[in-house]
Amino acid sequence: MRLEALKQLTLARFREFIREPEAVFWTFVFPLLLAGGLAIAFRDRKQDQSIIAMVAPTAGDSAAMRINAALMHAATGDSAPIRSRTISADSINEVLRTGTSALVVVPMAGGGVEYRYDAARPEARAARQLTDDILQRANGRRDVLPIREVTVRERGSRYIDFFVPGLLGMNIMGSSIWSLAFAIVTQRNKKVLKRLAATPMSRLHYLTSFVLSRLVFLAVELAVLLGFGSLILGVPIRGSIVTLVLVAFVGAAAFGAIGLLVSSRSRTVEGVSGLTNFVMLPMWIFSGVFFSSSNFPAVIQPVVQALPLTALVNGLRAIMLQGAGLGAVLPQLAVLAAYLVVCLTVALKIFRWQ
Amino acid sequence: MQASAQLALEVTGLRKSYGDVIAVNGLDLRIGAGQCFGLLGPNGAGKTTTIEICEGLNSPDAGTVRILGKSWDTDESWLRTRLGIQLQETQLAEKLSVFEILTLFRSFYEHGRTVDDVIDLVQLGEKRTARVNSLSGGQKQRLAVACALVGDPELLFLDEPTTGLDPQSRRQLWTVVEGLKREGRTILLTTHYMDEAERLCDNIAIVDHGTVIALGTPRELIASLGADHVIRLGVSSEAEAAHPIALSELLALPDVTGGRETAAGYELRVSSVQAVLPSLLTMAAQRNVSWSELSTHSASLEDVFVALTGRELREG
Repeated sequence: MRLEALKQLTLARFREFIREPEAVFWTFVFPLLLAGGLAIAFRDRKQDQSIIAMVAPTAGDSAAMRINAALMHAATGDSAPIRSRTISADSINEVLRTGTSALVVVPMAGGGVEYRYDAARPEARAARQLTDDILQRANGRRDVLPIREVTVRERGSRYIDFFVPGLLGMNIMGSSIWSLAFAIVTQRNKKVLKRLAATPMSRLHYLTSFVLSRLVFLAVELAVLLGFGSLILGVPIRGSIVTLVLVAFVGAAAFGAIGLLVSSRSRTVEGVSGLTNFVMLPMWIFSGVFFSSSNFPAVIQPVVQALPLTALVNGLRAIMLQGAGLGAVLPQLAVLAAYLVVCLTVALKIFRWQ
Repeated sequence: MQASAQLALEVTGLRKSYGDVIAVNGLDLRIGAGQCFGLLGPNGAGKTTTIEICEGLNSPDAGTVRILGKSWDTDESWLRTRLGIQLQETQLAEKLSVFEILTLFRSFYEHGRTVDDVIDLVQLGEKRTARVNSLSGGQKQRLAVACALVGDPELLFLDEPTTGLDPQSRRQLWTVVEGLKREGRTILLTTHYMDEAERLCDNIAIVDHGTVIALGTPRELIASLGADHVIRLGVSSEAEAAHPIALSELLALPDVTGGRETAAGYELRVSSVQAVLPSLLTMAAQRNVSWSELSTHSASLEDVFVALTGRELREG
């Protein structure tokens, strides 16, 4: 009987959701659109070319003409390391300000060149290095150390391979927190909660039903994103799929509980929206979705590592890219489980039913 | 001892304020098991605050509430399983069907009626698979009552169950409540319709400004007026200006037990229409005025409220 109530509550959540065509559309189509965008951005992408500009030599300045010719020569062909164009001296600042070229080469009177670029931009520093090599070699520099280059194009070490698990984690966080926050605050606003509180319904069952209904939708989101990542983008899944699904489920449950906590007091959707963004923003920045979280200073690492999204993304990456087993992701699972238990307990205590 | 054991609900000295506004001001109620008890009063009289305190959804500033011999402080989970509650503005999940909603509510109770049984009881058989957002206002209210019934409650709270419904939907809901009364359930009902209270309730407490101003059966309350009928008199403004007839003159007529001025004229409570009417007509003839309106009706709870407060119920 007790579990019957939990089953009925979960069923009601599920029915309400699937009978809302718009919500269903966005839940399943958004990850697909995102993955499609990524496919366009990353699939078979040519090696990065540095885009530079050179100020047109004045007529009769033969040194500048030679420099220009050397750049144009180096920029010829599909696999050229740079793309170069000629600009007028007036437009140097505009080109740099708008970032249309990473580097501007300005010929100096009496030979030599001046490089203008923003040293804070990695691609500008790379462009300066490439251009300098081209010009020095064209003017007779000989490299003395023999070298050999092997470029890595292996599956699992590309940026897209790094990014897809991060995206999966971010999607789990976003959909769990948003869908719960909206559903609960709407029910509170319409006094559905008050009516339910007037029955002998177990309040734990009510909250748990939201977490459970999230897991059902997670299965679909997971299949869409992983399927697309694996089949279209060629992102590897080296570890066990069972472990991967387990980590994703525990993650979704943890974020479901966070969603319950976020929506435990708010009376309006506007109010809960602000709170939701406030909770998610630090994780978008610090949890290593777009770049490794180890880039942050050691001082804040304990905080960064304690964020639930960091745990989820690191766990997913370890399984997908390094083939980590269950034992290796236990720390991440423990962090997520702790969030699940603590947030659910606190939400149950402070939940506003009227 | 015997008497208190049979009380389904006992409220003593209930007080509740919201800031400066006193919603309930020392209210007492005693409802015997098996009664249908009505709280009748205008909007803002404190009916909903009182019923929500009884339902354990609100807490009083002072006073005690004993329900089925228990208290909310110590026996909340026990009480929740034995009460049926319909809130004034229950909004149920729009996307679920009648059957699904009732199955959900039924799952909260260890013991109760079957869902189909309750659907029949509130006459929603044809709407069994219809979604809530396709129901009419009256059907939604009957569904709300059905949700209160699935747990087979000993005590049922109905907070303005027919407010905002059309006459036909109101009568359908009355039929449902009358069915529940026949089953011997204890019901506490709030309403600001005196015809509803008169028809459904065994006992009525008239509530105004957060306190009970009259208590009794509908018959007793009406009898307390000392008048069987009410005569409404309309006076046109020209007649009034030329030949004023004072309320005191009317009150002095034999068989007139009370009265008041209204916007359009006077309202007199009389023990015999037959005895008073000729005097009124004679008076009008002597003064050379004609009554622009002259109507009579049997005294109702509305007249009781007017006699007690000098206001009409719907004036609030």
